[in-house]
Amino acid sequence: MSNNKLRVVDVIFSPYSVAPYEILKNTLKKDKEQVIKDIIESGLRGRGGAGFPTGMKWKFAAQQKSDIKYVICNADEGEPGTFKDRKLLVEVPRKVISGMAICAYVTGATKGFIYLRREYRYLVPKLKEELALYHENAKLLGLDFTIEIFMGAGAYVCGEETALIESMEGKRGEPRNKPPYPIQVGYLDKPTIVNNVETFASSAMICRIGCAEYKKLGTDDQRGSKLFSVSGDSPKEGVHELELGMTLEAFAEEFGDGDTKAVQVGGVAGFCIPRKKFKTTIIGEGNTTGGSTMIFNSSRSMYHVLHNYLDFYAEESCGQCTPCRVGTQQLLKGIEAVKAGIKKPEYLDQLVKLSDTMRMTSKCGLGQSVTNSFSSIVKNFREEMIY
Amino acid sequence: MAEVKELVKELSGKYGNKRESLIPILQGIIDRNYYLSKEAMLEVARELDVSAAEIYGTASFYSFLDTEAKGKYKIRVCKSITCDMKGKNSVVATMEGMLKIKVGETTQDERFSLLETNCIGLCDEGPAMLINDECFTKLTPEKVRTILGDYVRNKF
Ligand SMILES: Cc1cc2nc3c(=O)[nH]c(=O)nc-3n(C[C@H](O)[C@H](O)[C@H](O)COP(=O)(O)O)c2cc1C
Ligand code: SF4
Ligand code: FES
Repeated sequence: MSNNKLRVVDVIFSPYSVAPYEILKNTLKKDKEQVIKDIIESGLRGRGGAGFPTGMKWKFAAQQKSDIKYVICNADEGEPGTFKDRKLLVEVPRKVISGMAICAYVTGATKGFIYLRREYRYLVPKLKEELALYHENAKLLGLDFTIEIFMGAGAYVCGEETALIESMEGKRGEPRNKPPYPIQVGYLDKPTIVNNVETFASSAMICRIGCAEYKKLGTDDQRGSKLFSVSGDSPKEGVHELELGMTLEAFAEEFGDGDTKAVQVGGVAGFCIPRKKFKTTIIGEGNTTGGSTMIFNSSRSMYHVLHNYLDFYAEESCGQCTPCRVGTQQLLKGIEAVKAGIKKPEYLDQLVKLSDTMRMTSKCGLGQSVTNSFSSIVKNFREEMIY
Repeated sequence: MAEVKELVKELSGKYGNKRESLIPILQGIIDRNYYLSKEAMLEVARELDVSAAEIYGTASFYSFLDTEAKGKYKIRVCKSITCDMKGKNSVVATMEGMLKIKVGETTQDERFSLLETNCIGLCDEGPAMLINDECFTKLTPEKVRTILGDYVRNKF
């Protein structure tokens, strides 16, 4: 499945090669169902972390009967180590906006929002200019779809789509039970399509270059190219667009500082992969596709890394369900106790079990994914947790 | 607090007085008054016809809807892992020394609140911080002395 090599590609950030909203104009001439088929056929999966097939989401949304439907661009980007959405909104906002408009066209939505994290408020003036340009074009094209910016207020969990919707409705950002999914019951109880910034930009590019061309990139499991936010012990920190399907070994060779000990793939919600597993790990397969890659070299204490993550989780848990609210605190206290010698090393095994229980019993992806980084660090760097 | 009353009226005129107008209204108050006072929250509760506890419950959920940090300039230093690795602590220590306050506190003249926050999406340029809406990256103690020094001397 793997192509084992690392290929840097230039699809998403390629400069605008056409007039503003040319992609949209051409797509509006196509049959809606055909556009959805193309997105399905392209194999594009959501770039926000969960990896749901985008075309399928749009298809289900198109089937919903409702007087109004909403499209929301999820620009909450709170996963530590992720900053690609910011870069997209700065460098190629028209691709993002085009993707939203195409989604609206094929699903029948008339109102859109960019849910922008509060930390990115400095992006607003430029984005507003871009939206003004879009609205002029939409009018000319006869597309009934307007877009507003909604500012978040600082809460990681609001990146979760139902928490995001709660927050837009003026409430605490506490995730809802699913089902019903937002495409059925979303913002103000209306069908709502939530996609990540990069997902919209990729959709626009699929419409631009055609799905056959797009499909040539990547592997059977992971189609296309993807943005990676590279940070940590790397001489090449920044956002890089790479073809999917490369091994972590190739990745570390390209981006590490020659002394890479571990890479955290998929952010704090993802997995910490130790050097000995680089060869057999394909980025994007089985690990989350949010694209955060944090590189640690041998000078880093993995206890310190895990402590920082758990601190993050304990703070960002919305507190709505017990396994996550109490579990995150207990894991944090637990590793402190083992490090201090108050608890025996075997206590770590109990903590891993606790984190597994959290996966099964927590209400949303936040509590469910704590075990990913927790178990992978505790299992692979056990000595560092103890001594 | 006639001023708060007017401000809330003005904001609800702009954003509406429905529940979904709440967060934009609260943000508008902070932009003007730097934090959410008890009076302000009571006024919003009255305007939107929701209980004050609901308003407080919502506001306290979000880290940028300050109910405590009163400073006009809110300094938020990223404490997540890669910024931490690149020297966040010395950056914070420098500012604590300059402002003579600890993280979480506000200066006596209510100009600066020093806060730590989770990842602000500038990890490739860490350590990073925000002062209100402006971002500063690749911080060092020297750099921070210049940036904050400028605020202390020139921005009131
Ligand atoms: C705790 C948590 C945080 C999330 N944060 C984000 C985020 O910042 N941006 C994002 O696009 N998706 C985020 N997601 C995923 C969203 O719930 C949702 O799956 C996604 O926005 C759907 O878009 P996509 O299919 O294009 O990825 C988060 C999920 C969880 C559980
Ligand atoms: S898992 Fe955590 S963040 Fe998610 S709903 Fe439960 S308490 Fe909230
Ligand atoms: S870790 Fe500091 S900005 Fe992301």
